[in-house]
Amino acid sequence: MHSESLNTQSTFPARNTEPRPEHPPEIPLAIHDLTVAYHRKPVLWDIELNIPEGKLVGIVGPNGAGKSTLLKACLDLVPLTSGWAHIYGKPYRKNRHRVAYVPQRESVDWDFPVNALDVVAMGAYRRLGWFRRVSKSETERAMDALEQVGIGHLALRQISQLSGGQQQRVFLARALMQDADLYLMDEPFAAVDAATEEAIVELLRKLSDRGKTCLVVHHDLATVTTYFDWLVLINMRVVADGPSGETFTRENLQKTYGGKLNLLEKAAEALRSTPL
Amino acid sequence: MNWTGFDTWIVVIGALCAAACALPGCFLVLRKMSMMGDAISHAVLPGLAIAFLITGTRASVAMFLGAAIAGVLTALFTQWITRFGNVDRGAAMGIVFTTLFAIGLLLIRQAADHVDLDPGCVLYGAIELTPLDTIALGGFDIPRAALVNGIVLLLNLVIIGLLYKELKLSSFDPDLADTLGYSSEFLHYLLMTMVAVTTVAAFESVGSIIVIAMLIVPPATALLLTHDLFKMLIIAVVAAVLAAVTGHLGALVVPGWLGFESTTTSGMIALAAGLIFTLAWLFSPYEGILTRRFREGVREPDSLSANTNTKAS
Repeated sequence: MHSESLNTQSTFPARNTEPRPEHPPEIPLAIHDLTVAYHRKPVLWDIELNIPEGKLVGIVGPNGAGKSTLLKACLDLVPLTSGWAHIYGKPYRKNRHRVAYVPQRESVDWDFPVNALDVVAMGAYRRLGWFRRVSKSETERAMDALEQVGIGHLALRQISQLSGGQQQRVFLARALMQDADLYLMDEPFAAVDAATEEAIVELLRKLSDRGKTCLVVHHDLATVTTYFDWLVLINMRVVADGPSGETFTRENLQKTYGGKLNLLEKAAEALRSTPL
Repeated sequence: MNWTGFDTWIVVIGALCAAACALPGCFLVLRKMSMMGDAISHAVLPGLAIAFLITGTRASVAMFLGAAIAGVLTALFTQWITRFGNVDRGAAMGIVFTTLFAIGLLLIRQAADHVDLDPGCVLYGAIELTPLDTIALGGFDIPRAALVNGIVLLLNLVIIGLLYKELKLSSFDPDLADTLGYSSEFLHYLLMTMVAVTTVAAFESVGSIIVIAMLIVPPATALLLTHDLFKMLIIAVVAAVLAAVTGHLGALVVPGWLGFESTTTSGMIALAAGLIFTLAWLFSPYEGILTRRFREGVREPDSLSANTNTKAS
């Protein structure tokens, strides 16, 4: 595809704070010169990315590579040291309604006294606005979303009584409820059962067929090329990004995972088992 | 036992105070910030003292303002120290509230020569004396403490009524709240302000130590008894009122058995709250220690988990 022209840093003027006019506004996510630091230690460095529309994008990299931070930076959840991330040509603040976020499952307390339907209904809160209660029609939509991820029968169950996979499905249903165009998902496949994994993949494909764009932080190198048609390899910096077939190379993986031999071996194994 | 109108007022004040505390307390417990209640209830002291020293009166409005500011500052300082000092939140809270409390005690000691604000009262309160301080309202003499705690209870009810959805969201998933445009920081400080103001209202009646029991114990009890946030709020208020009533009864009756004259009501309210919690802990339909043991004796462990599942819905 047109990955070359979109992704080489040289096409960007330095330290530009305005969206470049050359950006077609339909680009779901454009990131320029983005740097994030915690306690003065950089976590993301000079990120340049353009995510094309309608793609299933896998974000791959070792632990601590800044994958989750990248998603959070796009959502204004962490302060940026420099640069910007634009959603459909605008700052996140102005395009909230077009984005849905699926955080890591461990990021919340599953003993919280709410049921599955309550959590899914939270996806409607932005539409509702301050003070307004969840309407009947929104509750019906939440029920539909639960049906779509295959756990409609668990709607009234307290969330601590759900399995890990079911909890993940609740999070996905909540994202569906947001009715967004861009979905940012932080390790939805982590520690889920095979059936849930399949359901998530199916859901991603469905979203992609409807022209939605999904960015998914992913850990399993063995499945990465089967699940995703676009890849971002990241380790503090973007090592490579583009169509899966072109990006998922031994050289790029070596650059991404560096000296981590154990992981490298896994990567090599994955390479052997996956036709490039 | 000799029940008088005085006793009725004590129970009413205790109940209003406990109910007012239980509402924001539910969210503190759910956010795993129980000790923030402790910190704020101590740290409002300098706010109170400074408000008093500036205005020279114990007028409620100035006191509440001072307390609210001190409460928000406690939350703010704690956050700063956690972020920039690289220590965990518990340690940061420990640093902030002990320092502020010490400053508050010094200020009160300073002022104590010419006013009625003594450290003993600050710690344990004087709920037995509150009915003496009355305000004429529509022809009735109502104890000031009843009015103040009543207003605070009402305020807490209104805020939680209006922002139930927002508080639920930001307590469960603050990141999602932020991405949806509900500032979790604003809601955090709103809750902290509620805790500070509620604490101050409760302060005079039950003191800064017992107030922690009121903030935390009824909500913790409620959490054992339900898996629904709305029901949790209701049960917490009921448990709080129950603790106030049985606490005062206990204060009148129990010392007699042991050969004492009387004991403090506020202490007995905290004790009663603790006993109610123990009962819930033993007999709760979901988590109760005895309930579970009983069930395990009756059924196989497998069907047990299935059973709690259906109960939860």
